[in-house]
Amino acid sequence: MRLSDMQKGQTGKIVRIGGEIKLRRRILEMGLTRGSEIYVEKYAPLKDPLELVVRGNHISLRVNEAAEIDVEAAEPAGV
Amino acid sequence: MRIALAGNPNSGKTTIFNSLTGTRQKVGNWPGVTVEKKEGDIRKFGHDIKIIDLPGTYSLTPFSIEEIVARDFILDENPDVVIDIIDASNLERNLYLANQLRELDCKVIFALNMADVARSRGLKIDAAKLSELLGVPVLFTVGNKNEGLDDLLKAAVDLAKSPLVIPEERKVRYSKEIDAAIKDLKATIQQHIDPAFPYNPRWTAVKLLEDDKIIKQRLNEKSGPSGQVILAKAGVLRGRLSKFFNDDPEIVMTDERYGFIAGIIKEVQSSSTRQRVDMSRNIDLVLTNRFLGFPIFIFFIWAMFQATFTLGAFPMEWIDAGVGYLSGFVGGLLPEGLFKDLIVNGMIAGVGSIIIFLPNILILFFCIALFEDTGYMARAAFLMDKIMHLIGLHGKSFIPMLMGFGCSVPAIIAARSLESRKDRILTILITPFMSCSARLPVYIVLAGTFFAAQAGTVIFGIYLFGIVMAIVTGRLFRTVLLRGEDAPFVMELPPYRVPMVKNLMIHMWDRAKMFLKKMGGIILVGSIIIWTLSNFPRYETPKALTPEMAVQNAALQAENSCIGKVGKFIEPVFAPIGIDWRGSVALLTGFVAKEIVVSTMGVLYAADGGAESDALQNALRKSGMTPLSALSMMIFVLLYVPCLATVGAINRETGSVKWTLFNIAFTSGVAWMMSFVVYQGGRLMGF
Repeated sequence: MRLSDMQKGQTGKIVRIGGEIKLRRRILEMGLTRGSEIYVEKYAPLKDPLELVVRGNHISLRVNEAAEIDVEAAEPAGV
Repeated sequence: MRIALAGNPNSGKTTIFNSLTGTRQKVGNWPGVTVEKKEGDIRKFGHDIKIIDLPGTYSLTPFSIEEIVARDFILDENPDVVIDIIDASNLERNLYLANQLRELDCKVIFALNMADVARSRGLKIDAAKLSELLGVPVLFTVGNKNEGLDDLLKAAVDLAKSPLVIPEERKVRYSKEIDAAIKDLKATIQQHIDPAFPYNPRWTAVKLLEDDKIIKQRLNEKSGPSGQVILAKAGVLRGRLSKFFNDDPEIVMTDERYGFIAGIIKEVQSSSTRQRVDMSRNIDLVLTNRFLGFPIFIFFIWAMFQATFTLGAFPMEWIDAGVGYLSGFVGGLLPEGLFKDLIVNGMIAGVGSIIIFLPNILILFFCIALFEDTGYMARAAFLMDKIMHLIGLHGKSFIPMLMGFGCSVPAIIAARSLESRKDRILTILITPFMSCSARLPVYIVLAGTFFAAQAGTVIFGIYLFGIVMAIVTGRLFRTVLLRGEDAPFVMELPPYRVPMVKNLMIHMWDRAKMFLKKMGGIILVGSIIIWTLSNFPRYETPKALTPEMAVQNAALQAENSCIGKVGKFIEPVFAPIGIDWRGSVALLTGFVAKEIVVSTMGVLYAADGGAESDALQNALRKSGMTPLSALSMMIFVLLYVPCLATVGAINRETGSVKWTLFNIAFTSGVAWMMSFVVYQGGRLMGF
């Protein structure tokens, strides 16, 4: 599933990062690499951007950027 | 001896820099770009040491100007030692930059900073092991408690004196395919490179495989035809790797570096199972809460302005009284005549009418620094990104725009944190509409005179109008002039920290110094010039017998002086917006610095006034100015050409005369039109 489809409080693992090269590189350099565990901390009050916890860091990115990241959710949505 | 400090943003680098150098620091610019460069000279262990604070970056991939500046400094200026400040509680991400520094083959030391925070989070780091694995000296520091800094400096000095040895383990290892490509390209480089090409062949090979634009460009410039051979080879190898990995080589290499780091982390870091209490997350539950986030944000901004203006009012009165006393004292000492007039009404009145705003400006900068140092600024960008995005801007644009309320110059410089050039230019162009603190004196005088009880509301309205104008023009420019994709919003939300008083004080001291320098320089000179222009040529008046006559005489003198003639000449331009010749002159002089608008009005209207603000208010009321024309003038001041220093900053930051001239023309045009609409519209409605 896409990272942007994940709900607040869900955990998952990054499978693939797509998108334009500059964006991909920036995402990677902030520590969002393939295989890293992510936790969706929250969405901003206006539903965009969202905040992730990766390797203990809190990283924010826009919903349309998160849509470029494929994840494997650890638990089904809504649990 | 030169020691450079590198590190991630929020790694405590500034705190360490401040602890090492104290107040002996110089703030300037990096050559060619206006990224702030901080240096400090100290003497320690028998050496004169220059400490250079490199911009905080997450990597040395040359995407943003900061990253380019930091890398170029290390590559081209060859500092004796680079100290990488690493946030020990966040080792993994910080090691990414650290690894890039290792690859550079410079003398480098790692400082595991905020060791106490890491410990309290239950993280144990084996520094000896880390040092052994990476082939780099590693020390623990706690910057905000001054722990370990002496040892760090000592280690740096020792390292600077010892010869450069790059142990084998310092070579970052990649996968077999990448490594083979690096070796292959390295061989080609060694065979063909111009001996004058300054960079290490292996590193150059790595960068070329990553398609590093800057290194490619340098190779083209410095290595001529042989460079082409190397670039062609790099192209072939990149193609092969892309095919093999089914991905771009730079992505694969970034991945592999993190893989390497993950391996290191496993060996050196152990975290006890103790449940960590994450204060930061709890704070964020409130501050970026779905419902509370915005109200709290608005409250903070409101509180900032309240503090600036109500708290600032007290020291303002003291300074005002002091200036009044000084002017009376000096006036008593000097004999009547032109010279006394120059000193008292030209210099003291001119500088005095502006220096009283020092407290406001300091409080404003204090609040902004507080937002930044606590980590709230990043949350503000997080909250605002959606809104900023709607008007075609990046969430990070919000920060320079907010700083614009303080002073447009640092605000425009702050826009460099935006990675996309279009975002930067757009932010730079609209930031001057955020009413800077130098314009505030004008509002205080005009609104205070003509809107007495509602002055606060009117001033707030002016600020709000500036924000609306910024949004409207931003949207307009985005759709007409600066179309294109926006930069990604991949940003760290650093943990909240208690700000260090010392850092805040140093920051305020810097700002105060800048302000006072401006007082002693441009504003003093401006005041003298304006006084001279308004007193010459001399106009013969009958001897003043009463104070009223003296005021009359002074007004006649001003009207018949050079400045009066200039004012009369340009009056037709300003007449439709309700501004008389004196106001026109004040606005013209405001180009030098916005504060001068007030001091010019002081000279032109309150010819009897000295520095006391009451005198100016009375004179303004008598001058035939109406609340409507005062409002029109305030709007004009809000929108028209920013001051000389800002125009200079725009020119440097955009690197384009075209954009600078565009800004001047655009702001003047908009200011005139808006004032026209307000003034003529107001008259039609019968005000």
